[in-house]
Amino acid sequence: MKLVKTLLAASLGALIAASAASAVQAKQITIGFSQIGAESEWRTANTNDVKAAAKAHNINLKFSDAQQKQENQIKAIRTFIAQKVDLIGFVPIVATGWDNVLREAKRAKIPVLVMDRDLTVSDPSLYVAKIGTDSVTEGKKAFEWLDDYVTKNNIKPRNGGDKLNIVILEGTVGASATTGRAKGFNTALKNSPNKDRYKILASQTGDFTRQKGQEVMESFLKSYRNDIDILFAMNDDMALGAIQSIEAAGLKPSKDIIIVSVDGVKGIFQAMKDGKSNVTVECNPLQGDLFFTTAEKILKGESVPKSVFVEEGVYPAEKAAEVLPTRKY
Amino acid sequence: MDMLKRFSRSSLALPLAALAILLLFNAIFVDDFFKIQMMDNGNLYGRPIDILHRCSSLIIIALGMTFVIATGGVDISVGAVIAISSATCCVMLGGDISGIPHHPFALAILCSLGVGILAGLWNGLLVAKFKIQAMVATLILMTAGRGIAQLMTDGQIITVYYKPFAWIGDNIPGVMVPTAMIIALAMILLVVLLDRKTSIGLMIQAVGINPVASRYAGIKVTAVLFAVYVFSGFCAGTSGLIEGSLIRAADANNAGLNMEMDAILSVTLGGTLMIGGRYFIGGTIIGAITIQTLTTTMYALGVPSDCLPAVKAVVILLIIVFQSEKFKQMFREYRMRKDQLKSGGKGGKEAANV
Amino acid sequence: MASDNEIILRMEHINMFFPGVKALKDVTFNLRRGEIHSLMGENGAGKSTLIKVLTGVYAKTSGDIIYCGNHINPKSTLESQQIGISTVYQEVNLCQNLTVAENIYIGREPRGRFGAIDWRKMSNDAQKLLKNSLGIDIDVNQTLSFYPVAMQQMIAIARAIDTRCKILILDEPTSSLSDKETEKLFSIMRDLRDTGISIIFISHFLEQIYAICDRITVLRDGEYVGEYDVKTLPRIELISKMMGKEIKEGEIETTQSKSKARESVFLSTEHLTVPGKVKDLTMNIHEGEVIGLAGLLGAGRTEIAESLFGLNQATSGTIEVEGVKVSVKSPMDMMDRRVAFCPEDRKSAGVFGDLSVRENIMIALQAKNGMFKHMPRAKQNELADYYIDLLRIKVSDREQMLSNLSGGNQQKVIIARWLATQPSLLILDEPTRGIDVGTKTEIEALAVSLAREKGMSVVFISGEMGEMVRTCSRILVIRDHVKITELAEDEISEAHIMQAIAGDYHGHA
Repeated sequence: MKLVKTLLAASLGALIAASAASAVQAKQITIGFSQIGAESEWRTANTNDVKAAAKAHNINLKFSDAQQKQENQIKAIRTFIAQKVDLIGFVPIVATGWDNVLREAKRAKIPVLVMDRDLTVSDPSLYVAKIGTDSVTEGKKAFEWLDDYVTKNNIKPRNGGDKLNIVILEGTVGASATTGRAKGFNTALKNSPNKDRYKILASQTGDFTRQKGQEVMESFLKSYRNDIDILFAMNDDMALGAIQSIEAAGLKPSKDIIIVSVDGVKGIFQAMKDGKSNVTVECNPLQGDLFFTTAEKILKGESVPKSVFVEEGVYPAEKAAEVLPTRKY
Repeated sequence: MDMLKRFSRSSLALPLAALAILLLFNAIFVDDFFKIQMMDNGNLYGRPIDILHRCSSLIIIALGMTFVIATGGVDISVGAVIAISSATCCVMLGGDISGIPHHPFALAILCSLGVGILAGLWNGLLVAKFKIQAMVATLILMTAGRGIAQLMTDGQIITVYYKPFAWIGDNIPGVMVPTAMIIALAMILLVVLLDRKTSIGLMIQAVGINPVASRYAGIKVTAVLFAVYVFSGFCAGTSGLIEGSLIRAADANNAGLNMEMDAILSVTLGGTLMIGGRYFIGGTIIGAITIQTLTTTMYALGVPSDCLPAVKAVVILLIIVFQSEKFKQMFREYRMRKDQLKSGGKGGKEAANV
Repeated sequence: MASDNEIILRMEHINMFFPGVKALKDVTFNLRRGEIHSLMGENGAGKSTLIKVLTGVYAKTSGDIIYCGNHINPKSTLESQQIGISTVYQEVNLCQNLTVAENIYIGREPRGRFGAIDWRKMSNDAQKLLKNSLGIDIDVNQTLSFYPVAMQQMIAIARAIDTRCKILILDEPTSSLSDKETEKLFSIMRDLRDTGISIIFISHFLEQIYAICDRITVLRDGEYVGEYDVKTLPRIELISKMMGKEIKEGEIETTQSKSKARESVFLSTEHLTVPGKVKDLTMNIHEGEVIGLAGLLGAGRTEIAESLFGLNQATSGTIEVEGVKVSVKSPMDMMDRRVAFCPEDRKSAGVFGDLSVRENIMIALQAKNGMFKHMPRAKQNELADYYIDLLRIKVSDREQMLSNLSGGNQQKVIIARWLATQPSLLILDEPTRGIDVGTKTEIEALAVSLAREKGMSVVFISGEMGEMVRTCSRILVIRDHVKITELAEDEISEAHIMQAIAGDYHGHA
């Protein structure tokens, strides 16, 4: 009888253990993720990182590519709701038009986590938090590095005047990265104790492209060839275009004109290694790990801030050679 | 006086006048606008050089566009073809930091031009053979083209470190004029030669004015249409090389972006009508230079980024209205009335004398 | 009508300049209420220009237009239409791809509630209008292009009548109408006149002028010659006033002796068939003959001409040129064998309006030579000048745009284009349509002399029997795309042609 009891207990135990195991398995988190598309290398790096991080976090990722269309994204989110995923993540292609579909998600009690881009909704509770880069901080870091560099190396204006002249290559007019980076840079400049040392000579859009960056810099140089001390390019591509214009004007980039840019693409690291640029402030596309960490917190019921920023580094020229081989994008 | 009169009646008078006004404005408001220096390496340096350098590739596609528009068509795929052509060249040369090209430079150039011609053949096939409206036919390649370029570059901006590649956009060492300008000049010469020494120009205009009558007059309408689209593709291929070389990279997203619109604008500023028929090569070239001068002017004046498109649009609007048929007519009537007044006044005097 | 002599329109001292040309010189024109007034003159005399000044297409340089007692200066055809001056042009100016009803009511569509177009009312009105005013009963919901040119012309007239005009201008309205249709038009014109509408009628058919008009104003070289009462002006005098020289009655009717066909055959067809266009055509064209293709509108004359020129491809049968079989794929194949073709529809298939007279003349020869064998400019000028001189084309200089020339001179330029290719066979499809009497005679004479003196073969197509009788040395009669019979020279007369078309005459054979 005792034997029977033991047997029974054992089998019961096995049964419980088995069901417990299946319960653990059922607990694997499923997350639906809608990406904009693949418009740039930066975006590709972003996508790849999300996929890799999902694997590392042991998350069942349902990935959907919207091919640059909002209606595709809305469709994808509706599908995720129907599939009853645990959490929905997406990169909003545009800022508006999300109210309805997010309300549907809320009604289905599925939390929404936004990544990388900002969105505007009538009710902020429609999404839990936003993971992403902070363009204001990027601008601020750019200036702070510059100010520090000028002080340390005791840089003097080339034209013998009393102010260091800055020219700025802006991004696409109205883009959030443009306004944010401009705000960060300008605010930091205004609040700096050394603010009287600088003068913004000219500022013009270069549309975030190499071509325009080159063309606009060419024009700046025609007007102020011997006055420009510093170039702040709101992305690396414009800086890469501008470097060519500076060389064509018979000046040495990074020596005659200090070049500060944002993004951290491979090309600028190569340029820094070649001594043609000074620094880049990273705009980090590797947001996957932070995204899933935050998602896990949300699902556990922990509270998270509304905006969560990824860590972004500043890479001056002396680090370039070392970092270059590890750059993925 | 007589020459002046003859000039004022010629088709180039208005486009040139518009450009002259723009340049005059610059001469007054922009310091050293016309200053050209010689750099240490022997290259020419200055705003006029910048303008001609930057508009070289625009001039080239605008030449091709002029012929297409003269047949009554339009080729809106040139911007995308530029992206494909520059991608072809950069992919073939490869993005090795060592600067060693994967394939010979000459082969890469030939392939880029070949890709342009191929694109032209495709457009020609749709327009000439399948009789699809030009705007629709070339729209296909306009949308698909950038995708093709993206595929070729794998979505990356491929930077070419092979030195001679930069020579196309910049200067060949030892030559003081940017290569792009030389290429544009060569293309202009080629077009003028075609225009003067063959009858292709006449056939193109005939097809544009009256395709039915052209067929009745024994003109091979299909062949003429094919030829203009292929030539436009070739021009776009050439421009693609220049655009790629200028930034030493293939930027599939941005290379040649919206350039088809600038090319169409150059052609119309030059006096060629969108309905086809008479075309004006000289006008097109001046139109392209005008557009680039305008952009350079905006930069030189430091017009803030956010009002740049609006200011540009207003100036272009003024130029177009200034050149419009209605305006010309108003001007003629005004002059005639003045002449009449003058002769009327004389008559009055004579009468008084009697 | 005669009692009412009120002058409704007075055009005084009208001057009009084109760049480099004085098109109208001090022209006077008076139009009374309720009369049919013809504007006469050779091509280039300024008739069309005067009409265009009146309707606001051109702005006059100086002069006065007094209409119903007020000075007017219309700036567009719309403006002139709104004050009651409507025009029906020589070439139909309607939209081919709109329906008949839409064409009639375009710009003044009947509106229903909420301003939406009342399509049903529009169709009904159009149907009624055509039926009541012109006695035509057709489906007004068909697109215009579905109907032949003659019908389109009637529709254009219906549209003009319906805009309640005071002055109706008819510019060569009868050139593409059959006799029966013309008669119908005339009775409509008389009815309109009796209701007090004034009609300005431009036509090259003298018979029609005398049949319908009350008064005539003659222009010559842009100048006013005079105004005459039709009843008191003999035809011969009218002609001499138009041409500015004394001529005898016989000169207009018969020009010269006809050309005799030579032995050798230049082109022959055997059982040539083009689906829907040509049925089993067997014929010979001899050197030195003017061969006519007679038949009703739509009988298939033009289709035969087009097939001989390689514009249509035969499915069976053969074409031989000088005894050698030709495979015909495009016009160039026939051009290479020295065949030339002046198409019927001058405006859409012949004229390059924005090209110069010189370019219009040299273009076919250049196409034949190939575009890389570019003719030097001096050669082009020489060629153009030669034909301008030979055909007496009225131009200010050879660089004038063809669109600025009158219809007759445009036709001469197109004939010059083909003569420049040195053809052995010249096909002339309705070469005299819409052309003044003087030029018409010249073209007829040219056709005959080319055949007689150069041994050229000429295929001559015309809807006007008299012209065919005057020029052709042999006539093929076509009905329903089939050659019914041939008339030899001694059989050719208007009566015989009509009988042959009707199927009552089969020639000697």
